Amino acid sequence: MNLPQIVQYCLSGITVGSIYAIVAVGFNIIYNTTGIINFAQGEFLIVGAMTAISLCRIVPLPVAIVLAVLVTTLLGGLVEIVFIRRVSNASVLRLIVITIGISIIIREAMLHIWDEKVRSMPYFTGTAISSIPILGAYISPQVLWVLGVSSIIVTGLTLFFRFTLTGRAMRACADDRMAARLCGINDRWMVTLSFMLSAGIGALAGCVISPVTQTQYDMGAPLAIKGFTVAIIGGLGNSMASVAAGLFLGLTEAFMMSQFEVAYKEAISIVILLLILMFRPSGIFTRREVSDLRTL
Amino acid sequence: MGKQFTRILSVLVVGFVLGSSGCKKSNEAPPLKVGAIFAVTGGASFLGAPEAKTAEMFVDKINRAGGINGWKMELIVKDSGGKPENAISLAKQLIDEEKVLAIIGPSTSGETMAIKNICQEGKTILLSCAAAEDIVNPVASYVFKTPQKDSDAVRWIYKTMKEKGISKVGVITSNDGFGVAGSAQLAKLAPDNGITIAISEAYDKQETDLTGVITKLKGQDVQAVINWSIVPAQSLVAKNMKQIGLDVPLFQSHGFGNIKYVQAGGEAANGTIFPCGRLLVAEVLPNNHPQKAVLVEYKKDYEGRYKEDTSTFGGHAYDALLILTEAIKKAKSGDRDKIRDAIENLKGVVGTAGVFNFSSADHNGLALDAFEMLTVKDGKFAIYEK
Repeated sequence: MNLPQIVQYCLSGITVGSIYAIVAVGFNIIYNTTGIINFAQGEFLIVGAMTAISLCRIVPLPVAIVLAVLVTTLLGGLVEIVFIRRVSNASVLRLIVITIGISIIIREAMLHIWDEKVRSMPYFTGTAISSIPILGAYISPQVLWVLGVSSIIVTGLTLFFRFTLTGRAMRACADDRMAARLCGINDRWMVTLSFMLSAGIGALAGCVISPVTQTQYDMGAPLAIKGFTVAIIGGLGNSMASVAAGLFLGLTEAFMMSQFEVAYKEAISIVILLLILMFRPSGIFTRREVSDLRTL
Repeated sequence: MGKQFTRILSVLVVGFVLGSSGCKKSNEAPPLKVGAIFAVTGGASFLGAPEAKTAEMFVDKINRAGGINGWKMELIVKDSGGKPENAISLAKQLIDEEKVLAIIGPSTSGETMAIKNICQEGKTILLSCAAAEDIVNPVASYVFKTPQKDSDAVRWIYKTMKEKGISKVGVITSNDGFGVAGSAQLAKLAPDNGITIAISEAYDKQETDLTGVITKLKGQDVQAVINWSIVPAQSLVAKNMKQIGLDVPLFQSHGFGNIKYVQAGGEAANGTIFPCGRLLVAEVLPNNHPQKAVLVEYKKDYEGRYKEDTSTFGGHAYDALLILTEAIKKAKSGDRDKIRDAIENLKGVVGTAGVFNFSSADHNGLALDAFEMLTVKDGKFAIYEK
């Protein structure tokens, strides 16, 4: 392999990794508040992207994206109020199964609203054929958008969860719901807020990756599985680690692909997931003591 | 718990008995009951959705005109979601419970291969809308297919490559039935045509980015890329090639025959070369072309009724029903075996995919000339000119 080729594999890994990362971030928000993994996260992405694609025929692209994020945010809140809030004394496992049900309902609804055809948003800068040369290799400008938007989201979220009262209250709910309630936190609204936030961020992610991945009503699940894998590898609840893990998985896949048959790519990410679950269930970027503290 | 379980069970049993007795009644009514298994939803919905719409339109038209020999046709469409395991249970349901005369579909090669033997053993005519050659080779007496042959598509691609002086190619295929069959045909016919396949890779059918695979092809200095798939990822191939600067011609399979793929590929899709039936270029065919009238009529009917562009896939369902109705007319009977024999003797039936000439050895009936090399020009399909 010569230098341009190595760089090209890196850039390809970054392209794929950035998509994994931006999907994974959404998982962390709901996990941080409720301890549940929302398997409808992939559907939030697709709803966002589909809404924006429909809207950008009538309004300018940035407006369409903002509206799509708002619509999906409301949908996230609605989903929580209708399906999650009513379940009293629910175990985490039961709530997770409910989110799987929600994902199926949203997917079927999308099939009826937007039919089965594949769509994609216009590239934010340039077109389908523009690319930026780096050391003899090339990358689509949209990938830079994906990376840029994910870093903004991650920085924003980290600041929000660490330094704002609402963010801290949301984390408190995940650690001990009862104790949080005793401190005067309105835990129900915190959960609703976390669903709204993660739906909104999912919608934004869906819009940004749409030019690269294209958007079809049933694409949510495969995206969510990869995002989930990355969230686990990074350590659930840690958005910054998710981005690092996403890029790590993307690059690993790209270089494995250069040496082995492409068909084995999926197997590689599953093996990595299994190894992490067996030996470092709290993720490679989370210190063990921290996770032990959480489970106390 | 035990009591509740018994109660649920008894409700189920009663429901089942009532349900099956209901079925018996409807069995007596129409003589021509045709089943259809299409991937209306799921990853292959590009094929199945237009096929289902076409089939409904076709049967409506026949019935409005008074049926075939005065017999009305009843169509039962089942959605397989593109999954072979669903196709199996739906085929069994159509054969054993609905006792259909024939099954149209399934949409994909993987599904068709899964039910080939079920239909053969159930002595039910299967008119597949999927492309892989294995469907009719070896011949199963009840199994037919309407799309053009894989191997003919490969021959056209290789012929065009030779004209362009291309000899070293990279092949990428989706890891589903269509891709696997295509990859095998490409490998089989390459030596005879003087083509060297430098690298052949399969990608996941739900892939969302292919720059990695294409980087690998670029490393082999190929003179052209052949992509063989029916999934949306085929639009990514063109985009990713342009993005990483692999500036060689892109050849696609006949699975590219849907304008939506071109739209999804945007500017990058321009210049793609692929073999395809003539439906996509119906308007520009000379007036004396034997298929012109059929193609223009189908296109007008479909686009008028559904307000969306036609694709060759819907045409495959049209052809399947056309062949079935022609055979019923010829057999003058609703008897499965007589109709099956009639299909084998059909000659010169003009469909959307080409002119069908069946025989007991050829259950596809199409020749090499059913294909035309097409290309994409300014986001539209056009006939490829050297």
